[in-house]
Amino acid sequence: METVDQIKDRIEAALPGVRLAIEGKSLVVDRQHLLDVARFLKTDSELAMDYVSNLCAMDWLPSQIKTRECDREVVRNLPGHLEVVYDFYSTAKKHGPVQLRCRTEGREGTPSLPSITPLFRGAEFQEREAFDLYGIRFEGHPDLRRILMWDGFKDFPMRKDYRPPDDYEWEPTPHDEVLQQTKKHWPAPPPAPVKPA
Amino acid sequence: MAIDEGLKSELRKAGVFVTTVEDLYNWGRKNSIWPLQFGLACCAIEMIAAACSRYDMARFGAEVFRPSPRQADLMIVAGTVTKKMAPLAVRLYNQMPEPKYVIAMGACAISGGPFKEGYNVLKGIDRYIPVDVHIPGCPPRPEALLDALITLQKRIEQDHLTGKHRLRAYDKEQKAEWPVPEYGEHDLEPPSNPDVWKPEPMKRPEAK
Repeated sequence: METVDQIKDRIEAALPGVRLAIEGKSLVVDRQHLLDVARFLKTDSELAMDYVSNLCAMDWLPSQIKTRECDREVVRNLPGHLEVVYDFYSTAKKHGPVQLRCRTEGREGTPSLPSITPLFRGAEFQEREAFDLYGIRFEGHPDLRRILMWDGFKDFPMRKDYRPPDDYEWEPTPHDEVLQQTKKHWPAPPPAPVKPA
Repeated sequence: MAIDEGLKSELRKAGVFVTTVEDLYNWGRKNSIWPLQFGLACCAIEMIAAACSRYDMARFGAEVFRPSPRQADLMIVAGTVTKKMAPLAVRLYNQMPEPKYVIAMGACAISGGPFKEGYNVLKGIDRYIPVDVHIPGCPPRPEALLDALITLQKRIEQDHLTGKHRLRAYDKEQKAEWPVPEYGEHDLEPPSNPDVWKPEPMKRPEAK
Protein backbone atom coordinates (compact mmCIF):
# COMPACT_ATOMS: atom_id res chain seq x y z
CA MET A 1 0.00 0.00 0.00
CA GLU A 2 1.09 3.56 -0.54
CA THR A 3 2.45 5.60 2.34
CA VAL A 4 0.37 8.19 4.11
CA ASP A 5 2.20 11.00 2.29
CA GLN A 6 1.50 9.47 -1.10
CA ILE A 7 -2.17 9.02 -0.27
CA LYS A 8 -2.35 12.60 0.96
CA ASP A 9 -0.79 13.91 -2.26
CA ARG A 10 -3.11 11.86 -4.44
CA ILE A 11 -6.21 12.97 -2.53
CA GLU A 12 -5.20 16.62 -2.75
CA ALA A 13 -4.52 16.26 -6.46
CA ALA A 14 -7.81 14.50 -7.15
CA LEU A 15 -10.04 16.68 -4.99
CA PRO A 16 -9.34 20.35 -5.51
CA GLY A 17 -9.82 22.46 -2.41
CA VAL A 18 -9.11 19.65 0.04
CA ARG A 19 -6.25 20.25 2.43
CA LEU A 20 -5.17 17.37 4.64
CA ALA A 21 -2.83 17.34 7.59
CA ILE A 22 -0.81 14.37 8.75
CA GLU A 23 -0.77 13.57 12.44
CA GLY A 24 1.13 10.44 13.31
CA LYS A 25 -0.18 7.78 10.96
CA SER A 26 -3.49 9.44 10.29
CA LEU A 27 -4.88 12.00 7.89
CA VAL A 28 -6.80 14.88 9.41
CA VAL A 29 -9.66 16.04 7.25
CA ASP A 30 -12.05 18.90 7.85
CA ARG A 31 -15.80 18.41 8.24
CA GLN A 32 -16.78 19.77 4.82
CA HIS A 33 -14.60 17.34 2.89
CA LEU A 34 -14.93 14.19 4.99
CA LEU A 35 -17.49 12.60 2.67
CA ASP A 36 -15.49 13.46 -0.46
CA VAL A 37 -12.33 11.96 0.97
CA ALA A 38 -14.15 8.85 2.18
CA ARG A 39 -15.72 8.45 -1.25
CA PHE A 40 -12.30 8.80 -2.87
CA LEU A 41 -10.86 6.12 -0.60
CA LYS A 42 -13.71 3.80 -1.50
CA THR A 43 -13.81 4.35 -5.24
CA ASP A 44 -10.14 4.80 -6.02
CA SER A 45 -8.97 1.69 -7.90
CA GLU A 46 -5.57 1.68 -6.21
CA LEU A 47 -6.85 1.92 -2.62
CA ALA A 48 -10.35 0.36 -2.89
CA MET A 49 -11.09 0.84 0.80
CA ASP A 50 -14.38 -1.01 1.15
CA TYR A 51 -14.48 -1.68 4.88
CA VAL A 52 -14.64 0.53 7.97
CA SER A 53 -13.19 -1.67 10.66
CA ASN A 54 -13.44 0.86 13.43
CA LEU A 55 -15.00 4.20 14.13
CA CYS A 56 -14.29 5.63 17.52
CA ALA A 57 -14.76 8.98 19.15
CA MET A 58 -12.57 10.98 21.50
CA ASP A 59 -13.27 13.89 23.76
CA TRP A 60 -10.70 16.65 24.06
CA LEU A 61 -11.19 19.23 26.77
CA PRO A 62 -9.93 22.78 26.14
CA SER A 63 -6.20 22.82 26.80
CA GLN A 64 -3.14 25.00 26.70
CA ILE A 65 0.05 24.15 24.86
CA LYS A 66 3.22 25.88 26.01
CA THR A 67 6.11 26.06 23.57
CA ARG A 68 9.34 28.06 23.50
CA GLU A 69 9.94 30.22 20.48
CA CYS A 70 13.07 32.43 20.38
CA ASP A 71 13.45 32.43 24.15
CA ARG A 72 9.83 33.40 24.59
CA GLU A 73 7.22 31.18 26.07
CA VAL A 74 4.24 31.00 23.76
CA VAL A 75 0.94 29.74 25.13
CA ARG A 76 -1.59 28.54 22.65
CA ASN A 77 -5.16 27.84 23.72
CA LEU A 78 -6.69 24.81 22.05
CA PRO A 79 -10.48 24.83 22.10
CA GLY A 80 -12.21 21.67 23.23
CA HIS A 81 -13.55 19.42 20.51
CA LEU A 82 -14.77 15.92 19.81
CA GLU A 83 -12.80 13.83 17.38
CA VAL A 84 -13.76 10.76 15.38
CA VAL A 85 -11.16 8.31 14.09
CA TYR A 86 -12.01 6.11 11.13
CA ASP A 87 -10.00 3.01 10.17
CA PHE A 88 -10.46 1.93 6.58
CA TYR A 89 -9.32 -1.41 5.21
CA SER A 90 -9.58 -3.00 1.80
CA THR A 91 -10.89 -6.53 1.72
CA ALA A 92 -10.45 -6.66 -2.06
CA LYS A 93 -6.79 -5.61 -2.05
CA LYS A 94 -6.09 -7.01 1.43
CA HIS A 95 -4.36 -3.92 2.70
CA GLY A 96 -4.88 -1.18 5.22
CA PRO A 97 -5.47 0.61 7.40
CA VAL A 98 -5.87 4.17 6.23
CA GLN A 99 -6.75 6.23 9.24
CA LEU A 100 -8.83 9.39 8.97
CA ARG A 101 -9.53 11.84 11.75
CA CYS A 102 -12.25 14.42 11.74
CA ARG A 103 -13.00 17.02 14.41
CA THR A 104 -16.15 18.82 15.43
CA GLU A 105 -16.40 22.48 16.10
CA GLY A 106 -16.52 22.82 19.88
CA ARG A 107 -17.91 20.23 22.24
CA GLU A 108 -20.98 21.95 23.69
CA GLY A 109 -24.38 20.40 23.08
CA THR A 110 -24.41 17.89 20.24
CA PRO A 111 -21.90 19.03 17.63
CA SER A 112 -22.28 17.46 14.24
CA LEU A 113 -20.20 15.63 11.66
CA PRO A 114 -21.23 14.23 8.29
CA SER A 115 -22.26 10.57 8.41
CA ILE A 116 -20.37 8.07 6.27
CA THR A 117 -23.14 5.47 6.63
CA PRO A 118 -24.53 6.17 3.12
CA LEU A 119 -21.09 5.10 1.81
CA PHE A 120 -20.21 2.37 4.31
CA ARG A 121 -23.19 0.55 5.84
CA GLY A 122 -20.89 -1.00 8.45
CA ALA A 123 -20.50 2.38 10.11
CA GLU A 124 -24.19 2.57 11.04
CA PHE A 125 -24.05 1.02 14.52
CA GLN A 126 -20.65 2.51 15.30
CA GLU A 127 -21.94 5.99 14.53
CA ARG A 128 -24.95 5.31 16.71
CA GLU A 129 -22.59 4.30 19.52
CA ALA A 130 -20.52 7.47 19.10
CA PHE A 131 -23.74 9.47 19.18
CA ASP A 132 -24.94 7.62 22.26
CA LEU A 133 -21.79 7.93 24.35
CA TYR A 134 -20.25 11.18 23.08
CA GLY A 135 -23.18 13.11 21.64
CA ILE A 136 -21.87 13.61 18.13
CA ARG A 137 -24.76 14.16 15.73
CA PHE A 138 -24.01 12.46 12.40
CA GLU A 139 -25.80 14.40 9.66
CA GLY A 140 -27.26 12.08 7.04
CA HIS A 141 -27.39 8.98 9.25
CA PRO A 142 -30.56 7.02 8.37
CA ASP A 143 -31.47 6.02 11.94
CA LEU A 144 -29.60 8.01 14.56
CA ARG A 145 -30.86 6.75 17.92
CA ARG A 146 -29.18 5.74 21.15
CA ILE A 147 -27.89 2.17 20.93
CA LEU A 148 -26.62 1.24 24.43
CA MET A 149 -28.46 3.61 26.76
CA TRP A 150 -32.22 4.03 26.80
CA ASP A 151 -33.96 6.66 24.70
CA GLY A 152 -34.90 9.01 27.53
CA PHE A 153 -31.31 9.24 28.78
CA LYS A 154 -29.99 12.80 28.66
CA ASP A 155 -26.24 12.54 29.36
CA PHE A 156 -23.33 11.42 27.23
CA PRO A 157 -21.47 9.09 29.56
CA MET A 158 -18.09 8.89 27.83
CA ARG A 159 -17.60 12.67 27.84
CA LYS A 160 -14.87 13.73 30.19
CA ASP A 161 -17.20 16.08 32.07
CA TYR A 162 -19.83 13.39 32.68
CA ARG A 163 -20.70 12.96 36.35
CA PRO A 164 -22.53 9.79 37.30
CA PRO A 165 -25.62 10.04 39.51
CA ASP A 166 -24.70 10.36 43.16
CA ASP A 167 -25.72 6.99 44.54
CA TYR A 168 -22.61 6.19 46.51
CA GLU A 169 -23.19 3.84 49.35
CA TRP A 170 -21.18 2.56 52.24
CA GLU A 171 -17.57 2.02 51.22
CA PRO A 172 -15.20 0.19 53.56
CA THR A 173 -12.14 2.28 52.68
CA PRO A 174 -13.16 5.43 50.85
CA HIS A 175 -10.34 7.44 49.34
CA ASP A 176 -9.73 10.19 46.80
CA GLU A 177 -12.83 11.06 44.78
CA VAL A 178 -14.93 8.43 46.53
CA LEU A 179 -13.98 9.96 49.88
CA GLN A 180 -15.06 13.41 48.74
CA GLN A 181 -18.33 11.92 47.55
CA THR A 182 -18.77 9.96 50.76
CA LYS A 183 -18.26 13.05 52.90
CA LYS A 184 -21.38 14.58 51.40
CA HIS A 185 -23.40 11.72 52.86
CA TRP A 186 -21.96 11.71 56.33
CA PRO A 187 -24.40 12.68 59.02
CA ALA A 188 -23.75 15.98 60.75
CA PRO A 189 -21.40 15.77 63.74
CA PRO A 190 -23.18 15.53 67.07
CA PRO A 191 -23.75 18.92 68.72
CA ALA A 192 -21.05 19.97 71.17
CA PRO A 193 -22.10 19.41 74.79
CA VAL A 194 -23.32 22.60 76.38
CA LYS A 195 -21.15 23.55 79.33
CA PRO A 196 -23.11 24.31 82.45
CA ALA A 197 -22.82 27.95 83.35
CA MET B 1 -47.16 -28.72 64.21
CA ALA B 2 -43.77 -30.24 64.74
CA ILE B 3 -43.49 -33.89 65.56
CA ASP B 4 -41.26 -35.01 68.38
CA GLU B 5 -38.14 -36.44 66.72
CA GLY B 6 -37.84 -39.28 69.24
CA LEU B 7 -41.42 -40.36 68.72
CA LYS B 8 -40.96 -40.18 64.97
CA SER B 9 -37.93 -42.43 65.18
CA GLU B 10 -39.73 -44.93 67.43
CA LEU B 11 -42.69 -45.08 65.07
CA ARG B 12 -40.40 -45.57 62.09
CA LYS B 13 -38.85 -48.62 63.80
CA ALA B 14 -42.36 -49.98 64.13
CA GLY B 15 -42.91 -49.50 60.41
CA VAL B 16 -45.01 -46.34 60.67
CA PHE B 17 -43.88 -43.33 58.70
CA VAL B 18 -45.10 -40.07 60.15
CA THR B 19 -44.63 -36.67 58.58
CA THR B 20 -46.34 -33.32 58.28
CA VAL B 21 -47.84 -31.70 55.24
CA GLU B 22 -45.28 -28.95 55.63
CA ASP B 23 -42.32 -31.35 55.54
CA LEU B 24 -43.74 -33.27 52.62
CA TYR B 25 -44.45 -30.08 50.72
CA ASN B 26 -40.97 -28.66 51.36
CA TRP B 27 -39.35 -31.98 50.49
CA GLY B 28 -41.14 -32.01 47.17
CA ARG B 29 -40.33 -28.40 46.39
CA LYS B 30 -36.68 -28.55 47.31
CA ASN B 31 -36.04 -31.52 45.06
CA SER B 32 -37.74 -30.10 42.01
CA ILE B 33 -36.56 -26.52 41.69
CA TRP B 34 -37.20 -25.29 38.20
CA PRO B 35 -34.85 -22.43 37.34
CA LEU B 36 -35.63 -19.73 34.85
CA GLN B 37 -33.55 -19.97 31.71
CA PHE B 38 -32.12 -16.51 31.92
CA GLY B 39 -28.50 -15.46 31.46
CA LEU B 40 -27.15 -11.95 31.29
CA ALA B 41 -23.40 -12.27 30.74
CA CYS B 42 -20.43 -14.59 31.05
CA CYS B 43 -21.66 -16.16 34.32
CA ALA B 44 -24.44 -17.70 32.24
CA ILE B 45 -21.78 -19.83 30.54
CA GLU B 46 -20.84 -21.28 33.94
CA MET B 47 -24.53 -21.80 34.64
CA ILE B 48 -24.83 -23.74 31.37
CA ALA B 49 -21.76 -25.76 32.36
CA ALA B 50 -23.38 -26.52 35.71
CA ALA B 51 -26.46 -27.79 33.89
CA CYS B 52 -24.50 -29.94 31.43
CA SER B 53 -23.32 -33.50 31.91
CA ARG B 54 -19.98 -32.82 33.63
CA TYR B 55 -21.46 -31.05 36.67
CA ASP B 56 -25.08 -32.03 36.07
CA MET B 57 -27.47 -29.95 38.13
CA ALA B 58 -30.07 -32.66 37.47
CA ARG B 59 -28.53 -34.61 40.37
CA PHE B 60 -30.12 -32.02 42.64
CA GLY B 61 -33.43 -31.90 40.85
CA ALA B 62 -32.93 -28.56 39.15
CA GLU B 63 -32.35 -29.48 35.55
CA VAL B 64 -35.60 -28.27 34.03
CA PHE B 65 -34.64 -24.79 32.87
CA ARG B 66 -37.91 -23.12 31.96
CA PRO B 67 -38.13 -20.65 29.10
CA SER B 68 -41.12 -18.94 30.72
CA PRO B 69 -41.08 -17.18 34.10
CA ARG B 70 -44.59 -18.47 34.76
CA GLN B 71 -43.25 -22.01 35.11
CA ALA B 72 -40.13 -21.22 37.14
CA ASP B 73 -39.41 -21.28 40.88
CA LEU B 74 -35.87 -19.96 40.86
CA MET B 75 -34.28 -17.04 39.10
CA ILE B 76 -30.52 -17.34 38.69
CA VAL B 77 -29.32 -13.81 37.96
CA ALA B 78 -26.18 -14.84 36.12
CA GLY B 79 -24.10 -11.88 35.04
CA THR B 80 -23.89 -8.11 34.88
CA VAL B 81 -27.23 -6.40 35.33
CA THR B 82 -27.11 -3.24 33.25
CA LYS B 83 -29.40 -0.39 34.15
CA LYS B 84 -31.15 -0.95 30.84
CA MET B 85 -31.76 -4.60 31.75
CA ALA B 86 -32.77 -4.08 35.40
CA PRO B 87 -36.49 -3.24 34.82
CA LEU B 88 -36.80 -6.32 32.63
CA ALA B 89 -35.22 -8.53 35.30
CA VAL B 90 -37.63 -7.16 37.92
CA ARG B 91 -40.57 -7.69 35.57
CA LEU B 92 -39.52 -11.30 34.95
CA TYR B 93 -39.32 -11.78 38.72
CA ASN B 94 -42.81 -10.32 39.12
CA GLN B 95 -44.14 -12.78 36.58
CA MET B 96 -42.84 -15.82 38.46
CA PRO B 97 -45.39 -17.59 40.64
CA GLU B 98 -44.89 -17.75 44.40
CA PRO B 99 -43.05 -19.30 46.14
CA LYS B 100 -40.03 -17.98 44.27
CA TYR B 101 -36.35 -17.68 45.01
CA VAL B 102 -33.40 -15.74 43.62
CA ILE B 103 -29.74 -16.68 43.39
CA ALA B 104 -27.47 -13.74 42.51
CA MET B 105 -24.54 -15.35 40.74
CA GLY B 106 -21.19 -13.67 40.36
CA ALA B 107 -19.55 -10.44 41.43
CA CYS B 108 -21.59 -8.31 39.02
CA ALA B 109 -24.99 -9.59 40.06
CA ILE B 110 -24.26 -9.14 43.74
CA SER B 111 -22.53 -5.74 43.66
CA GLY B 112 -21.68 -4.52 40.19
CA GLY B 113 -18.33 -6.28 40.42
CA PRO B 114 -15.50 -4.98 38.25
CA PHE B 115 -17.98 -2.69 36.50
CA LYS B 116 -19.22 -1.01 39.68
CA GLU B 117 -19.50 2.78 39.22
CA GLY B 118 -19.93 2.20 35.50
CA TYR B 119 -22.48 4.49 33.87
CA ASN B 120 -24.79 1.66 32.86
CA VAL B 121 -24.19 -0.95 35.55
CA LEU B 122 -26.55 -1.66 38.41
CA LYS B 123 -24.74 -2.14 41.72
CA GLY B 124 -26.33 -5.47 42.46
CA ILE B 125 -29.77 -6.88 41.68
CA ASP B 126 -30.55 -6.89 45.42
CA ARG B 127 -31.38 -3.20 45.05
CA TYR B 128 -34.69 -4.17 43.49
CA ILE B 129 -35.57 -7.78 44.34
CA PRO B 130 -34.96 -9.90 47.45
CA VAL B 131 -32.00 -12.24 46.91
CA ASP B 132 -31.84 -15.53 48.82
CA VAL B 133 -28.31 -16.70 48.01
CA HIS B 134 -25.36 -14.58 46.88
CA ILE B 135 -22.45 -16.28 45.12
CA PRO B 136 -19.22 -14.29 44.87
CA GLY B 137 -16.68 -15.06 42.15
CA CYS B 138 -15.84 -13.83 38.70
CA PRO B 139 -17.21 -16.10 37.41
CA PRO B 140 -18.09 -18.57 40.17
CA ARG B 141 -17.22 -22.15 39.32
CA PRO B 142 -20.09 -24.54 38.59
CA GLU B 143 -19.41 -26.15 41.97
CA ALA B 144 -20.17 -22.81 43.60
CA LEU B 145 -23.51 -22.67 41.83
CA LEU B 146 -24.27 -26.21 42.97
CA ASP B 147 -23.33 -25.19 46.51
CA ALA B 148 -25.69 -22.23 46.27
CA LEU B 149 -28.41 -24.57 45.08
CA ILE B 150 -27.85 -26.88 48.04
CA THR B 151 -27.87 -23.84 50.37
CA LEU B 152 -31.19 -22.85 48.86
CA GLN B 153 -32.54 -26.37 49.30
CA LYS B 154 -31.63 -26.27 52.98
CA ARG B 155 -33.46 -23.01 53.23
CA ILE B 156 -36.54 -24.31 51.47
CA GLU B 157 -36.55 -27.22 53.90
CA GLN B 158 -37.10 -24.75 56.71
CA ASP B 159 -39.93 -22.78 55.13
CA HIS B 160 -43.17 -22.59 57.08
CA LEU B 161 -46.67 -22.73 55.72
CA THR B 162 -48.27 -21.28 58.82
CA GLY B 163 -47.24 -19.13 61.72
CA LYS B 164 -45.45 -15.83 61.98
CA HIS B 165 -42.60 -16.72 59.64
CA ARG B 166 -44.71 -18.33 56.98
CA LEU B 167 -43.87 -18.15 53.31
CA ARG B 168 -44.65 -14.97 51.43
CA ALA B 169 -47.07 -16.93 49.27
CA TYR B 170 -49.24 -17.80 52.28
CA ASP B 171 -49.16 -14.36 53.82
CA LYS B 172 -51.89 -12.09 52.52
CA GLU B 173 -50.34 -9.12 54.29
CA GLN B 174 -47.22 -9.29 52.12
CA LYS B 175 -47.20 -7.78 48.70
CA ALA B 176 -46.67 -10.01 45.71
CA GLU B 177 -45.34 -7.45 43.28
CA TRP B 178 -42.13 -5.48 43.26
CA PRO B 179 -42.12 -2.01 41.70
CA VAL B 180 -40.42 -1.99 38.32
CA PRO B 181 -37.93 0.90 38.02
CA GLU B 182 -38.45 3.41 35.23
CA TYR B 183 -35.83 4.76 32.86
CA GLY B 184 -35.03 8.25 34.09
CA GLU B 185 -33.09 11.09 32.51
CA HIS B 186 -29.86 10.31 34.37
CA ASP B 187 -30.48 7.07 36.26
CA LEU B 188 -33.15 4.53 37.02
CA GLU B 189 -36.10 5.93 38.95
CA PRO B 190 -35.96 5.09 41.81
CA PRO B 191 -32.26 4.07 42.07
CA SER B 192 -33.21 1.33 44.55
CA ASN B 193 -36.25 -0.13 46.25
CA PRO B 194 -36.07 0.92 49.93
CA ASP B 195 -38.28 -2.01 50.97
CA VAL B 196 -35.66 -4.46 49.75
CA TRP B 197 -32.38 -2.59 49.80
CA LYS B 198 -31.26 -1.45 53.23
CA PRO B 199 -27.59 -0.51 53.06
CA GLU B 200 -25.49 0.12 56.09
CA PRO B 201 -25.82 3.80 57.01
CA MET B 202 -22.86 6.03 56.25
CA LYS B 203 -20.66 6.42 59.28
CA ARG B 204 -18.44 9.34 60.01
CA PRO B 205 -15.05 8.12 61.23
CA GLU B 206 -14.38 9.09 64.82
CA ALA B 207 -12.21 12.18 65.10
CA LYS B 208 -8.84 11.50 66.68
